[in-house]
Amino acid sequence: MHIFVTCLGLLLLLPGVASGQDAVRTALLRVQHETPLPLSRLDLPPEDLGLAGARLAVADNNTTGRFMGQEFTLEEVDVAPEEAVAALQGALDQGARFVVTMADADTTLALADAAGERALVLNAMAPDDRLRGADCRANLLHLSPSRSMLTDALAQFLMVKRWDSWLLIEGSHPSDTLLADAYRKSAAKFGATIVEERLFEDTGAARRTDAGPIQVQKQMPVFTQRAAEHDIVLAADESEVFSGHLPYHTWEPRPVAGSAGLVPASWHPAHEAWGATQLQRRFEREAGRPMRPEDYDAWLALRVLGEAATRTESTDPDVLRDYILTPEFELAGFKGQALTFRDWDGQLRQPILLGTGRMVVSVSPQDEFIHRVSPLDTLGTDRPESACRRN
Amino acid sequence: MKPALLSSSALLVLLAAPAAAYTVYVSNERGNSITIIDSETLGVVEEVPVGQRPRGLNLSPDGKELYILASDDDHVQVMNTETRAISHTLPSGPDPELGVLDPSGNPLYVANEDDNLVTAIDVEKHTILAEIPVGIEPEGMGVSPDGRIVVNTSETTNMAHFIDTDTYEIVENILVDQRPRFAEFSKDGRRLYVSAEIGGTVTVIDPAKHEIIEKIGFDVPGVPPEALQPVGVRVTSDGAKVYVALGPANRVAVIDGETLEVTDYLLVGQRVWQLAFTPDEQFLFTTNGISNDVSVIDVESDTVVKSIPVGEQPWGVVVSPQ
Repeated sequence: MHIFVTCLGLLLLLPGVASGQDAVRTALLRVQHETPLPLSRLDLPPEDLGLAGARLAVADNNTTGRFMGQEFTLEEVDVAPEEAVAALQGALDQGARFVVTMADADTTLALADAAGERALVLNAMAPDDRLRGADCRANLLHLSPSRSMLTDALAQFLMVKRWDSWLLIEGSHPSDTLLADAYRKSAAKFGATIVEERLFEDTGAARRTDAGPIQVQKQMPVFTQRAAEHDIVLAADESEVFSGHLPYHTWEPRPVAGSAGLVPASWHPAHEAWGATQLQRRFEREAGRPMRPEDYDAWLALRVLGEAATRTESTDPDVLRDYILTPEFELAGFKGQALTFRDWDGQLRQPILLGTGRMVVSVSPQDEFIHRVSPLDTLGTDRPESACRRN
Repeated sequence: MKPALLSSSALLVLLAAPAAAYTVYVSNERGNSITIIDSETLGVVEEVPVGQRPRGLNLSPDGKELYILASDDDHVQVMNTETRAISHTLPSGPDPELGVLDPSGNPLYVANEDDNLVTAIDVEKHTILAEIPVGIEPEGMGVSPDGRIVVNTSETTNMAHFIDTDTYEIVENILVDQRPRFAEFSKDGRRLYVSAEIGGTVTVIDPAKHEIIEKIGFDVPGVPPEALQPVGVRVTSDGAKVYVALGPANRVAVIDGETLEVTDYLLVGQRVWQLAFTPDEQFLFTTNGISNDVSVIDVESDTVVKSIPVGEQPWGVVVSPQ
């Protein structure tokens, strides 16, 4: 009730806004999962992770909306996992018809099921392939790349480099296992050989200790000793237990990729091609920090709605939703080509950036890999392999 | 077929001889320099170092002043074309990318990518006349032949904004395809061509009625559709032919100005950005951002006659009026 009153007041103040048109109302649900501290303090998550990207997209949408007579609002909700569904109900009751989620796979699924017909859910975090496969939902779209898109993107680059013998080191958490599985599938898909696999057990050690680097310098070489001949060390360590310590500490002088070294991601704060500098600068000016992949994914989610409203010249949620789900929907995302949704699993097709700490090294798909529909479909699960039945 | 070919090439030789020598200026985005080419010899005369990340170029109607939009220096450098030295700078607002000169030579309208503004600059008094708020990431700039309307395209808002140059107010916004890069009026002012890089189209607009006449798509066998990224557009003065640079497709499309059908695709260098005619419209120069060269197209025959190595990552191009 309270929100309704504020909106009405705003409309009266802005005579340019077309009367009778409601604002495009979106809720951003950031579910606060317990996550371990990152290994590097440079990676400490900012308070407004993702949120800053969503806010920028709403500002972008409203700039265009000024010319269209359209308004966009964002309800920002931070919530514990067990209260996520209740928070969603609250947002829906207040009129949100689009919900952007930053949550793990189980919570994302619970939110999508709770939203049902009432809202379109835009996943801006969970990379799980099952959300695009057996557990897909008709009302669930994915802005964040799937794990398999990320691992395929890296695999393509390694194959172009002819670094096709991989030493795979995986962490002991469930998400690490999923990531290692994705690397195994990518190896099979693109013809790489995993010459050996090792498991790095998380013993729950503290993330930082005063004696840290000295011990690591002894541990990591020993851990990677006497491995089968390999071109590269691939780390599947989504929980960030060990991978950050691998570069320069391997027994053999080999590059590291995956969760450390050369990392595949939807965004990189040094990405400058295809006009990206403009988005980076806009973001940095608003947020006062570099843009992270989570910010980009949330920015995309809100831009999807802005773009749909512009193209349909409507703010009617049903009109927007219908248009977003058609093959005509296209979004520009500073990656050199139009981004579109896969109709078989709701995943946004997009190039993946391969970056080190400071530089973007390459962008996949690599030119060497071709596809009869779109080179972007060489990344992740293609239509014939999809287990998703959305209808 | 063979005799016809022979005679037309003989004609070319005959025509080439009396052609006037124009000066071609190419900005090298990465090289921080301007490459100067003689249009008669098609050879490089000189490469002049300038400011940081030079992109858009404009020439004063008398050809004496070259306006260089130095994006990373946040101003416009003015080169005296006789001495080839920078005589002064103009305030432009941050990150100027493309500009367009009023047909009279003043003012210069510049798109400021970072600030969602179009800035009107008095090139004689060196002052800012107006800052006009437009959509997100303004880039393409076109001016009507009578100078009364400036059109700016905004890359994330995806609109062509029509700005009245008397009032500096936006009078109309027309939605075009994704990431519009360039706006070009026909010489009779009856058509406006707007390229959309990610949309892969050129929208043809009736500027008087503010209506879309046609949307032109592109198709090159063997080139993936996502590589067909229209950027620079130029129209012959009789309006008969429209040339569109297709970016990473490494092609320039030739469009029939009457039927608006694509008639030909000319293979040029890699990642072709911008285009400029010689004033007699004998040649069209293209800047090829990745292959570090300029392709020269013979306009009558629509053939690529030469490629000229220039500086690092060529971007903008203009040709002197004399």
